[in-house]
Amino acid sequence: MEGNLNALTTVFTEFYYWVTVVFMFLIHVGFCMYEVAASRSRNHMHTLMKNVMIIPLVTVTFFFFGWWIYWAFPMFPFFGGLDLEAGAANLPWAETMGTNSSDRITGVFWAAFLLFSWTAASIVSGAVIERIRSSALWVHAVLIGSVFWIIDAAWGWHYGGWMVKYLGYHDAYASGVIHAIAGGYALGVIMVLGPRIGKFAPDGTPRDIPPHNPWLLAIGIFLIYTGFWGFYAACNVPIIAPEVIGGQITGITWTATNIYLAPTTLSAITFNFLMSLSGGLMAAYLVSKGDAFWTFSGGLAGIITASAGNDLYHPIQAMLVGAVGVVIVYKLHFWVEKKFKLDDAVGAVAVHGYSGVVGLIIAGFLLWGAPSSPFEGYATITPWGQAVGAVIMFFVLGFLPGWGVSKLQSKLGVLRIPEEVELQGLDYAEHHAYEDAKAEIIEADKAHLAARAT
Amino acid sequence: MSTIGYKDWNVDLADVGAIYPFQGWEVAMTIVGVIFWLGWHIFQVKRESAHLEKAKQLGDHDKVHQTLERY
Repeated sequence: MEGNLNALTTVFTEFYYWVTVVFMFLIHVGFCMYEVAASRSRNHMHTLMKNVMIIPLVTVTFFFFGWWIYWAFPMFPFFGGLDLEAGAANLPWAETMGTNSSDRITGVFWAAFLLFSWTAASIVSGAVIERIRSSALWVHAVLIGSVFWIIDAAWGWHYGGWMVKYLGYHDAYASGVIHAIAGGYALGVIMVLGPRIGKFAPDGTPRDIPPHNPWLLAIGIFLIYTGFWGFYAACNVPIIAPEVIGGQITGITWTATNIYLAPTTLSAITFNFLMSLSGGLMAAYLVSKGDAFWTFSGGLAGIITASAGNDLYHPIQAMLVGAVGVVIVYKLHFWVEKKFKLDDAVGAVAVHGYSGVVGLIIAGFLLWGAPSSPFEGYATITPWGQAVGAVIMFFVLGFLPGWGVSKLQSKLGVLRIPEEVELQGLDYAEHHAYEDAKAEIIEADKAHLAARAT
Repeated sequence: MSTIGYKDWNVDLADVGAIYPFQGWEVAMTIVGVIFWLGWHIFQVKRESAHLEKAKQLGDHDKVHQTLERY
């Protein structure tokens, strides 16, 4: 590192991202708690293990190829070839992908993106609880976490991505690049997977399967909120000089930027995160008639809806966008559930997928004509650019792969658990082992006590 | 046209202030926001009153007894 200022900036940035990664871990903790709370007692261990094992599987695959995709795919395949030069430093055998005193940032930057990957996979995991085979979900987790979401990030969440350059696509805090794609993917999977036994009455009326533990569910969602705040910080470059950006910005004033290296502030995203959370909670409470499950989820949906433009919105705009989005999403969830008999166990398709799509389109109107990038020659933000982006995220990279892979798994008979196991509960085997072990140790203790008495 | 007042970032950030959409409409936005907040209270209190009115009709005696036992 040359010069004290450069060294200080590098170390600060390194530490900044490292802290965001630790905060973002809470998203996964929250998702695990939420899923377990929403599932019935006979499926607890399976539900938990299904989500926990996303962590190692997505981590190793993201190290092997996911991170390389982000750097190699910004223009590939429609507007250029693979960027092998940028990709080279991010291959698993590159010197920069290890302890290296001349590169202090790759690891923490990789980890920040990796935590987004876990989130994308975990969103899908929630929709399919209590009937999917773990093996099937883990294949989906790798595909959404280390392939499809990172392709969309290269296209629409990279300063050189073709969607940013030619569509003016703007998605500062990932309404589309994480939430719409994961929601669309989950929709594709549950369409093939089918509903849980008992979810629909014989006449097709949906039945509510309430969470077994609302307290655990509440803590889970609050941890997700907390981690989401860390995610917001992780989406920013904390401080950078105009000459380092190398775009159109003149002068010598350093700034924080969004992922596209365009100006924003940490203050702005703090205002907007909290105001969109509040707008979402308030609207969800009203529209759901005070239903706890939907009110909590509505807070999350409010943030997700406003996320595409939360780098630039005014706080009141963020609040209203969050509120409007939640009303649309809530109505859409129940309409789709009833019309198509789809069982989205935790409302993941709605809270993430529909919110993401709605948020992208609203941002197209509210930020119409604003620059999508600090670089010359990039399209400005428009409603049609955002709408096309939403289709790419939700449908092309989300729904289609989720549906296609699930169809294949279904044909091979490896998608869904047997009906008998679903009725007995997925923890059947574990329960027996647990009960047997308990009985054995109680008997041993009793025998020991009896021996002492004689 | 740009809702944030900038069509590109060819600017010196030392000269840039607010960059949110619809600058100049802050008071109007505040009025809309306050209406949303007050409207929320009005809707909520009306719904709560209706709900409590309905709920105060004691239901099945045994079920109420069970609820009391549950603490």
